[in-house]
Amino acid sequence: MKAKHQRLSLALIALVAIIGAGLLAMSALKDQAAYFYTPSDAARDHVRPGVAVRLGGMVQKGSIRREADGVTIRFVVTDGAEAVPVRFKGIVPDLFKEDSGVVAEGRFEPGGGFVADNILAKHDERYMPPQMAGEMHRSESLKK
Amino acid sequence: MKRAIIWAPLLVFAIFVAMFAFGLNRSPEQVISSRLVGQKLPDFALPGALPGQPGLASADLAKGKPRLLNIFASWCVPCVAEAPQLMALKQAGVQIDAIAIRDRPEDVANFLKRWGNPYARIGGDKQSRVQIALGSSGVPESFIIDGRGVIRHQHIGDIRPEDVPAIIAALEAAR
Amino acid sequence: MIAEAGLAALWLAAALAALQFALGAMGLRQGGDTLLPAVRPVALVQAALACLAFALLILLFLRVDLSVALVAANDHSAKPWLYRFAGAWGNHEGSMLMWVTILSLAGGAVSLFEKRLPERTLIATLAAQAAIGLGFYAFLLFASNPFARLDPAPAEGQGLNPLLQDPGLAFHPPTLYLGYVGLSVAFSFAVGALVTRDVGPAFARAMRPWVLAAWIMLTLGITAGSYWAYYELGWGGWWFWDPVENASLMPWLAATALLHSVTVLATRDGLRAWTVMLAVVAFSMSMVGTFLVRSGILTSVHSFAVDPTRGAFILALLTLYIGGALALFGLRVGTVKEGSRFDVVSREGALVVNNLLLSAILGIVLVGTLYPLMAEALSGEKLSVGPPYFNAAAGPLALVMVAVMAAGPLMRWRRDEAMAVAKRLALPALLVAGALAALLALAPSIGMLPLLGLILAGGVAAASIAPLWKRNLRRTPLFIWGMVIAHLGIAVSLAGMASDSAFTRERLVAARLGETHRVGPYTIRFDGVEPVVGPNWTAVEATLTATRNGRETLLKPQARAFWSPPTETNEAAIHTVFDGQLYVVVGKADEEGRWQLRLWWKPFVTLIWLGGAMVALGGLLSLIGRVRRERRAHGQEAFA
Repeated sequence: MKAKHQRLSLALIALVAIIGAGLLAMSALKDQAAYFYTPSDAARDHVRPGVAVRLGGMVQKGSIRREADGVTIRFVVTDGAEAVPVRFKGIVPDLFKEDSGVVAEGRFEPGGGFVADNILAKHDERYMPPQMAGEMHRSESLKK
Repeated sequence: MKRAIIWAPLLVFAIFVAMFAFGLNRSPEQVISSRLVGQKLPDFALPGALPGQPGLASADLAKGKPRLLNIFASWCVPCVAEAPQLMALKQAGVQIDAIAIRDRPEDVANFLKRWGNPYARIGGDKQSRVQIALGSSGVPESFIIDGRGVIRHQHIGDIRPEDVPAIIAALEAAR
Repeated sequence: MIAEAGLAALWLAAALAALQFALGAMGLRQGGDTLLPAVRPVALVQAALACLAFALLILLFLRVDLSVALVAANDHSAKPWLYRFAGAWGNHEGSMLMWVTILSLAGGAVSLFEKRLPERTLIATLAAQAAIGLGFYAFLLFASNPFARLDPAPAEGQGLNPLLQDPGLAFHPPTLYLGYVGLSVAFSFAVGALVTRDVGPAFARAMRPWVLAAWIMLTLGITAGSYWAYYELGWGGWWFWDPVENASLMPWLAATALLHSVTVLATRDGLRAWTVMLAVVAFSMSMVGTFLVRSGILTSVHSFAVDPTRGAFILALLTLYIGGALALFGLRVGTVKEGSRFDVVSREGALVVNNLLLSAILGIVLVGTLYPLMAEALSGEKLSVGPPYFNAAAGPLALVMVAVMAAGPLMRWRRDEAMAVAKRLALPALLVAGALAALLALAPSIGMLPLLGLILAGGVAAASIAPLWKRNLRRTPLFIWGMVIAHLGIAVSLAGMASDSAFTRERLVAARLGETHRVGPYTIRFDGVEPVVGPNWTAVEATLTATRNGRETLLKPQARAFWSPPTETNEAAIHTVFDGQLYVVVGKADEEGRWQLRLWWKPFVTLIWLGGAMVALGGLLSLIGRVRRERRAHGQEAFA
């Protein structure tokens, strides 16, 4: 093979790899990046049901209920202005309790409820996840 | 074409640096503060964090003179770091009250014995209820309350030596 | 006194780093040749001083000297000695000191052992290493002094953090850091070679063992970190695509690519500019990783406390070093001569494809890790990128790469015939087809990626042994064995991952006392719970009896609650057998007295880490083989 051809084909392979990876990354990001919502955002934006999102807020006081099967729990996430009922099947993290911060990963249902695949409670006692702290206060100040 | 490829990595890296710089500036502290500032303290009445000691109610903080309300916990490491500054503020004549978050009396007593007790009154907030009502999301935090019970300033994180003048100035301004 | 001595040693080491840089820079100028011989000893003494400072910090921790702020915040006299020892680097300042110590040790090792490089390139390398060191010394001395005193000294330390009291966590950071910082040598070599315009096979042969050593440490660190997350977090997963995990994966991907391209450069004198670029990128990824973890700009389960000033400092260092190296690359790469040519169908061609795929995966991981930050900067939207993205984007590429990995070693250098390669690949390909048919018949419902993973694992395993075919095994060079074992390790690990995601059985139940539940081949009886008290925690411990083919095993998972600071952890009970692991977590009780149990049967999941260990072992054999051969070659030259 001539030198020119060799370099051309290598460049072609490189180009295909880069473009392929770029397309793959872009399409995956479009489908899979989970946007972060507070209940107020969700009420305003009408999140499409079935899309993976994160829902953050406080667990409303007195809202945690356990279903008869013993492994499904229901609770309400609130940011003071709006509230979203959440269903979760699994062992909740240790820091999950009423009146404390929570981030639920999952998707909205057509009826407006939320099904969580994963519950994150705050890991560090010092601060809430910055994401959440910012959001929380934003919707509070909107309310006022 | 070839020259462009050679310099592309540097360009990409410059974009990343810009992004990192943005990320650093977006510190959570700046987002959190200033919400309750200028408003009246929410009503609360907490039991004493130490057995036999008086608790802390919102009425105690509206007695005509500006006070510093410190939110702390014995299990919190930065709270140790700010202890000398609080002692210094007390020496300077500042009235300091505190709320101990999710703490046990014996731990609080130990903490104060070890690091000094600058507090006039300490309320015990076992479930962080008052903390949340105050809009405080972590420990340590400090609030400056004026004589009428209005929050005038919020300091997030530990009070470092270089923060002391600003705290004193804010106390003066709250007079 | 010890703390002051440590600080003095640190200042001295910093001064020597400055001297090392200055001597090197001046020595490389016209007429400065007389200065060159001084650089090596300076590098050695600098390394010794940094080690001394680090040793003194460890001593302070062992003696629980509470008058030192760092010790007071992270140590406790009630801690077992191992955790007092490891506590020295279980915090920001200490870990940065360890970083610098390894950096200067790497420089010292280069000055002591590196005999193949031309003198001028070596000096330029040592000067570059000193320049990196200087920045991080400044960071320690001005922004994170580990030896700062606390006055008055407290009566007891604050460092009983239960989550950090784990033998795995004690030795995980040093391994990872050796890998991260070991890559600095490759970076400095690249900078040195660019400065002296000396990029060629000799440079590649000199750099290879250093890259290999750092890569082995990274591999071990990532494997161990994955197992730690698996057994400690109690979530049943072994990789979470967490920013901190990604920060360790990215340098590994770059180093793996570098390892392969450096071989092309050493053997065939090809890919000159590309290898230099990768050497710069690999250590840049280490620094970016350190920055991401240390600055806390990405929220992560593992993140340390946020401190914007420190973050800004590291960012400034990053910009200086990476930007400087990339600018130097841009200026000098034109003078790097084009290497020798090769066909697309050849060993070099396969390695180029491997490099491209590794770089593409690196790009995907980097983009995914930073995308939340990017999106927030551009549109203010907050989002997170999780496993679905990484699996969907990186998974297919990783599989293609593994397939190329199977073919590469069976190709000839320089040029090969496509037909001949196909012939050599016939047996593995046949195996793949057979495995595919068998899997489709036996387990038709498994997902696409795990299915491909399983069959590829079989084919790759066969193909990676193939280079040994018809060889005299006793006369096969050690580095060939290394390659075979490392590639086989990838296949083994891939089989474990695919098996875990395809065949894992998971049950989530609320169990009453005496109830039995089935998961996989096991029947599990819930015998009861009882409280247990540890040194600084209380726990509920469940007792479960797992039965398989009449053989009973006792499992005792715990839900622990620590009180200082108040944290709770799930201690999974894991039972390992040859064909998998039983993984049990106990949750909470409900009002009716039923306990939540999460039961997993994970067939062949252990292969994941076994494969990782094999990859590292392969690297080690290869390293020994290379160093031996070089030494022999060197000896012969000396004779001739």
